[in-house]
Amino acid sequence: MSRTLSEKVWDAHVVRHADGEPDLLYIDLHLVHEVTSPQAFDGLRLAGRKVRRPDLTIATEDHNVPTLDVDKPIADLTSRTQVETLRKNAAEFGVRIHTLGDPDQGVVHVIGPQLGLTQPGMTVVCGDSHTSTHGAFGAIAFGIGTSEVEHVLATQTLMQARPKTMAVTVDGVLPDGVSAKDLVLSLIAQVGTGGGQGYIVEYRGEAIRALSMEARMTICNMSIEWGAKAGMIAPDETTFAYLKDKPHAPQGVDWEAAVEYWKSLATDDDATFDREVVLRAEDVAPFVTWGTNPGQGVPLSANVPSPDDFDNPNDKIAAERALEYMGLTAGTPLREVKVDTVFLGSCTNGRIEDLRAAAGVLAGRKVAEGTRMLVVPGSGRVLLQAESEGLDQIFKDAGAEWRGAGCSMCLGMNPDQLAPGERSASTSNRNFEGRQGKGGRTHLVSPLVAAATAVTGTLAAPADLEPLDVVVPENV
Amino acid sequence: MDAFTQHIGTAAPLRRSNVDTDQIIPAVYLKRVTRTGFEDGLFAAWRNDPAFVLNQPEYEGVSVLVAGPDFGTGSSREHAVWALMDYGFRVVVSSRFGDIFRGNSGKAGLLAALVEQDVVEKLWATIENDPGTKVTVDLEHKTLSAGDISAPFEIDDYTRYRLLNGLDDVGITLSHEADITAYEATRPAFKPATLPAKA
Ligand code: SF4
Repeated sequence: MSRTLSEKVWDAHVVRHADGEPDLLYIDLHLVHEVTSPQAFDGLRLAGRKVRRPDLTIATEDHNVPTLDVDKPIADLTSRTQVETLRKNAAEFGVRIHTLGDPDQGVVHVIGPQLGLTQPGMTVVCGDSHTSTHGAFGAIAFGIGTSEVEHVLATQTLMQARPKTMAVTVDGVLPDGVSAKDLVLSLIAQVGTGGGQGYIVEYRGEAIRALSMEARMTICNMSIEWGAKAGMIAPDETTFAYLKDKPHAPQGVDWEAAVEYWKSLATDDDATFDREVVLRAEDVAPFVTWGTNPGQGVPLSANVPSPDDFDNPNDKIAAERALEYMGLTAGTPLREVKVDTVFLGSCTNGRIEDLRAAAGVLAGRKVAEGTRMLVVPGSGRVLLQAESEGLDQIFKDAGAEWRGAGCSMCLGMNPDQLAPGERSASTSNRNFEGRQGKGGRTHLVSPLVAAATAVTGTLAAPADLEPLDVVVPENV
Repeated sequence: MDAFTQHIGTAAPLRRSNVDTDQIIPAVYLKRVTRTGFEDGLFAAWRNDPAFVLNQPEYEGVSVLVAGPDFGTGSSREHAVWALMDYGFRVVVSSRFGDIFRGNSGKAGLLAALVEQDVVEKLWATIENDPGTKVTVDLEHKTLSAGDISAPFEIDDYTRYRLLNGLDDVGITLSHEADITAYEATRPAFKPATLPAKA
């Protein structure tokens, strides 16, 4: 029978199927971090259980860690306790861990791919909703709660009801200056934050195929923001080329066998999805959110909407509340919205290509007076790579702060937070009330928009900037 | 986990949609390494507002939360469920839940009862009219009632079965350990392992 990508990967992991019960799924890779794991390890200890497969488990510290003075003990005591608890648990249960200062410390969803541990056709879980990121490789990857973390640690399996399937097809070519982030934000604005609920989504079509692996990760990362169980992209030559030289990529004959298998995972031509959504890449423009959920977004060229623009009474109330919280007036052009802080980082847009894109805009320019910009690489390895390319110098010369790796202001669990009423343009994935600090106001944007916004101090795209004086050599 | 068959208690109306888990418990409250004590973080930002529903004396001691659509979207933090339970909630009623939140609820013993939005509206009206109204939630029959409202709710059969029997998931799965071991023997050699570490 013809099957979709997600069905093939699902079927390959069913340990036990019984009618009326969820499937028991085998988990190929379990990523662990400090916030959602302490109670799970405690549960194991209480029951006298071990980690069944430490060799399929890897831990890092990311949510709490400071991005300054990373060589000193963590100042916040509760954060320090949480990080130390993870280190103790990793040692006790034999789990590999990457701690502060290690190149493979960083946001958990950045390190799986950079180590080559995330591969096509796998099941990947983590006590973190943005695990969907790993779907970019053609893996089924989703976030789980702490009880499930304990379940996976103890059994290397999870009970899961089979989700429905959805295809999001993006035809055509993205316009210049429009990135994967703009694409996914405009998708979410169309389908709503609940639009993907109950589905594993496969992103496909010409525009998706044209994306780099990192851009694909940006798309899959945001799957959870419209409620999807997971997002996936079929593996192809781009995927194989990305994986080829990664530390944990298969070698020799294993590589040949793996690629052959990976190629078989694509959705069969005559397979059907439970739901299909089609988008035209040409219609996508630089996009920004104005509200307090990721579905409340509009093109940067638009004005702040009015609650009256919404027919559904719940949307209307939500818009009223969002405008009040965000301190915005309907009808204001978004380009006139002044921003205090620009945050470049997170598992959505904290990889090397994101840093390169932003640095390309900032080179030769300055961060506006009265605006601060934080650049937080997704991992130690991204940081080192950026430094070897001189990107850190570009950011510093522009007046931005160059920080250590971690989640940082994406969720404000460490000292990197917005003050009440402060407004950010952020390349992260959530603009929820208080997400980046109590009372903080978040506009989600792409790295290009983030960088241009830093220069003007108001929401902007690179095309809005004055061209740089280019020194044209004589005789040209 | 304690078995859950029926619950009777008073309810609070939460007239908001899209209450994500960052609203239920902000990240700064997630730093504890224990399993309990999260009630202080529940709806932390809103609880500073004297007008917030849980600050009203008539809603003291409630154990049922009737929320707008898309409750519990966002982050996977099970702390959101723990915070609700630590505060005293046993049941959350909504017309749509975030997937991970609903899963977490089932694991931790909080009943996430899915109803039509018009049932939510009727419950809101009834509770606001008389905050002392007792809501009866019957998991055996998948019904809830309050005043003259009586409505079915949805919950998946397996979660219902586990809640009714107070079963522990890990225990159930370990009873299938032979299946897991048999599966492991079939995993292809090219699948990656985290150990030994390579850089
Ligand atoms: S970067 Fe943000 S979204 Fe990603 S794992 Fe960290 S806190 Fe979560």
